[in-house]
Amino acid sequence: MGNMTEIRWHGRGGQGAVASAEMLALAAIGEGKSAQAFPSFGPERRGAPVMAFTRVGDEFIHIRTGVTEPDVVVVLDPSVMGAVDVTSGLKENGIVIANTSKTREELADQFDIDHPLYVVNATRIALDVIGRPITNTTMMGALVKVTGLVELSSVEDQISERFPRVAEKNIEALRLAFEETRAREEK
Amino acid sequence: MGKRIGLEVSLAVSEAVKMARVDAVAAYPITPQTHIVEELSQMVADGDLDADFIMVESEHSAMSACCGTSAVGARTFTATAAQGLALMHEILFIASGLRLPIVMAIANRALSAPISIWGDHSDVMAERDTGWIQFFAETGQEAFDLTIQAFKIAEDKRVLTPAAVNLDGFTLSHVIEPFDMPDQEEVDAFLPTFEPQVILDPDNPVTMGPVGFPEIYTEIKKQQNEALLGAHEVILEVWEEFEKAFGRAYRPVESYRTDGAEVLISIAGSTAGTARVAVDNMREAGKKVGLIRTRLWRPYPFEETRAAVKGAKAVAVIDRCLSFGGPGGPICSELRSALYPLPEKPVVNSYIAGLGGRDITLQDFYTVVEDTYRVLEEGPTDEYKMIGVRE
Repeated sequence: MGNMTEIRWHGRGGQGAVASAEMLALAAIGEGKSAQAFPSFGPERRGAPVMAFTRVGDEFIHIRTGVTEPDVVVVLDPSVMGAVDVTSGLKENGIVIANTSKTREELADQFDIDHPLYVVNATRIALDVIGRPITNTTMMGALVKVTGLVELSSVEDQISERFPRVAEKNIEALRLAFEETRAREEK
Repeated sequence: MGKRIGLEVSLAVSEAVKMARVDAVAAYPITPQTHIVEELSQMVADGDLDADFIMVESEHSAMSACCGTSAVGARTFTATAAQGLALMHEILFIASGLRLPIVMAIANRALSAPISIWGDHSDVMAERDTGWIQFFAETGQEAFDLTIQAFKIAEDKRVLTPAAVNLDGFTLSHVIEPFDMPDQEEVDAFLPTFEPQVILDPDNPVTMGPVGFPEIYTEIKKQQNEALLGAHEVILEVWEEFEKAFGRAYRPVESYRTDGAEVLISIAGSTAGTARVAVDNMREAGKKVGLIRTRLWRPYPFEETRAAVKGAKAVAVIDRCLSFGGPGGPICSELRSALYPLPEKPVVNSYIAGLGGRDITLQDFYTVVEDTYRVLEEGPTDEYKMIGVRE
């Protein structure tokens, strides 16, 4: 089995966590990689904490279990961190990418996060650029910067296809978040 | 040439139905099958699919309407799951008894009570003996391919028997993954238009499904069963033709790393993907473990099953369905029956796992193999075992 990265997305129902999981998978497949994306299966409620999952790999991904030990956790909504343990099952060398207005140190202290933590104020970017606190496209910019799993342009293609009417602003937010987020190697 | 795309598996099944140029769809939405018929309804509404989409008030009506459309010679599709399939039950016999080549996708889901919208194989196993051809898909690509193949197989004049394509609810139906999508022309070349033998036509009236008096009923059932058994050969032919056209090989029983295997895991559906990874890991750890996967469930591939287990000391059959008060899992029962006449046969253990959406984990496969080695040493202790049960 080749390289495989497992990503767990945390958000609240209606914020687009599932859309993020799907767009990342489609972007990866578009680049010739393999991927799976799926929601947490079951009833959906707007506003409730939700999870979605993406696997990205070099070869066809055979495993069909849920993602219980992710490599990457992406938090779309700051308030989710008080409601669920977003680091649950996170691999020892796993990382957290969070939307927050706090600094990395403040957030790590508050939620006792020992894993490498990357932060971006995605809500501010989304409000400034899109005019709504919908952070899914913004957080994809942060994810691409930190992990380099796919090219930014592949995500832009997905946004254009999925949200043709609001693509321009979402792409702008994606790029801003990409610029504002620290890459993994930049300590 | 086709193209490689990412798509939700349910929508890929809808795409296969569209590419098969169906004439009629009658369906009722039920989780986790809903996306399939929702998409088909959208395709018809948008004018992308030239078919009649018949709104019905229940699955019983859906299958009844399918019998009607198929009887007038329309290529017919429906999809359902769980209680919806159970509600179709009596009409499933009518579809097969009238020899109507309807194709149905089943997004496998557990049966109530308690209410579970999540996946297992209880729904289709309850319809095992309805006379339908039945396949299990492991991947989305397979669900897509089998759907197209199913029309060709079911409509073959030597077969004329309805066919069901099983895909695991949620764990397959709701996953986005890569597909090799053929072009419409390629599908057209593979799948000719449906040429029914006898149709309901007011200008040339015939009777379908009259009373079968005791003098004739047995003979009709024998004929029906012979057509279903005979479908085996047609399936192999169609799969050979499919491989030539699309490059993907299909066999009734898929074997994975079975060379020199002492213990074989047997499973059907998407969970076989996880089993592959488990087999790889166990092989790496020096355990001689392989996998056989049931793709063709009806007609049951007796010969292929016997060939697939040759040389193994034991087979651990994992069923996602419990036969209450019976010998364990339905697939295990069939496998045991197939092996019974053999002078030398492996030990066969039955395990039940993955009920109502419970994940079958890598660890579950290791547990099953470990238990099978224990049985090889100590002899059998249980009729069957349930795996992954919280104590």
